[in-house]
Amino acid sequence: MWSILRKDLLLELRTREAIAALIVLVVLILLTFTFALDPEGARAAAPAVLWVTLIFAGLLAVQRTFLVERESGAWYGLLLGPVDRGAIFVAKLVANLVVLAIADVVLTSLLVLVLGTGIPTAPLELAFVNALGLIGFSALATLFAAISVRLRARELLLPLLVLPLLVPVVICAVEASRIVLAGGGASAAAAWLRVLATFDVIVTVAGWMLFEQLVLE
Amino acid sequence: MTIRARIAPVADTVLPGFAFVAMLAALACVFLYVPNERMQGAVQRIFYFHVNAAWSAFFGFGLAALASAVFLWRTDATYDRLARAAVEVGMLFCTMVLCTGPIWARPIWGTWWTWDPRLTMTVILWTIYAVYLVLRAMGEDDPQIARYAAVLAIVGVLDVPLIMVSVRLWRGMHPSVISAPAGQGGIQDARMIVALVVTLVAFTSLFLWLVWRRFEALRLEDELRALEDDVDALGGRATVGGATP
Repeated sequence: MWSILRKDLLLELRTREAIAALIVLVVLILLTFTFALDPEGARAAAPAVLWVTLIFAGLLAVQRTFLVERESGAWYGLLLGPVDRGAIFVAKLVANLVVLAIADVVLTSLLVLVLGTGIPTAPLELAFVNALGLIGFSALATLFAAISVRLRARELLLPLLVLPLLVPVVICAVEASRIVLAGGGASAAAAWLRVLATFDVIVTVAGWMLFEQLVLE
Repeated sequence: MTIRARIAPVADTVLPGFAFVAMLAALACVFLYVPNERMQGAVQRIFYFHVNAAWSAFFGFGLAALASAVFLWRTDATYDRLARAAVEVGMLFCTMVLCTGPIWARPIWGTWWTWDPRLTMTVILWTIYAVYLVLRAMGEDDPQIARYAAVLAIVGVLDVPLIMVSVRLWRGMHPSVISAPAGQGGIQDARMIVALVVTLVAFTSLFLWLVWRRFEALRLEDELRALEDDVDALGGRATVGGATP
């Protein structure tokens, strides 16, 4: 598992193509939002902008998860390796998570500059909320990327599969970020964070167990 | 197949007749027997369709998840067909819920739609299973599609409690613009309970019969495909419908 994770992260760091493209995409979506919203509304909508941007850009990034192996023909090598299939899932999940976290940091800093939300008073708590949200998104999207990569209309299919099931993450992450950005503190957002954490655990465990079913030949 | 053989005689003969008679009785109950609700008037009669359609939809989605889990465990295509049939019929009833709801809400709540937790929940469920059907349609030629669909149905059901909790929390944070219907004291008239039971039986039997028909249609499709493969394997010497040498 560690070697798969190491390989994926090394590939990202050496080529930097995915991360660079993802960051440019995040900036562009953010700019589009700024043009579309009026300045007053934009500040109030900052948590929504943060998560909608992350989710749409993230879907495109996660799309590539299994594409590299399929295009290079290394997929069967990975499956034949002496490794539990669930471990492949977790390694891919964590690799996606790292990439998304980098994009998240860039996006949050830009939000402060572009939308003028002000420097977050509790950066650690904001990071905690974002981490919980990203874990849930990454787990769900990685699981379904394993399905969409095998089908014809994969670009269309991944968002279709992920978005309806992602509703709890969207609602809870946006509301928790809103509370934390307003200086409410993590304890004020406890109810939302509990749902987020439960989602993370359930989807990660379900993914670990069900992933095997998706890669059977 | 043995279970199918045992169910088939009942499902093919008794079930459609029973569903037909029960549905006639249900219509008679709703339009002739039951009195007008004191506050809401005749509009309230849609309740019997709305609630039973909702029951049938949830029954369908639950059945689909159960059948999907059994399918992944036993790898028997019967359960995959059952799951698919249940989702299709469940979607039909879920659409009916989403149509009858606004018709009632317009005169009673004064709006077609509001983001009440139950309404939100139903519309999210509808999208999840709409995607299930899209997935099945897109991956028709993929031999593994049944597994993918089963994983979606299972993750979908695991997600339902989380969606329920989060839409309830979300709703709680926003002020209610439209007040809840007045006098939510439950059913007072015994005739209404009779009507509800009769319509429940009618809808459940209709649901079961529709699932059965879809299940059989899917089974025949699979058998036809297997036959065509056999014909191809014979090297094209035989044509479909023609005599084999």
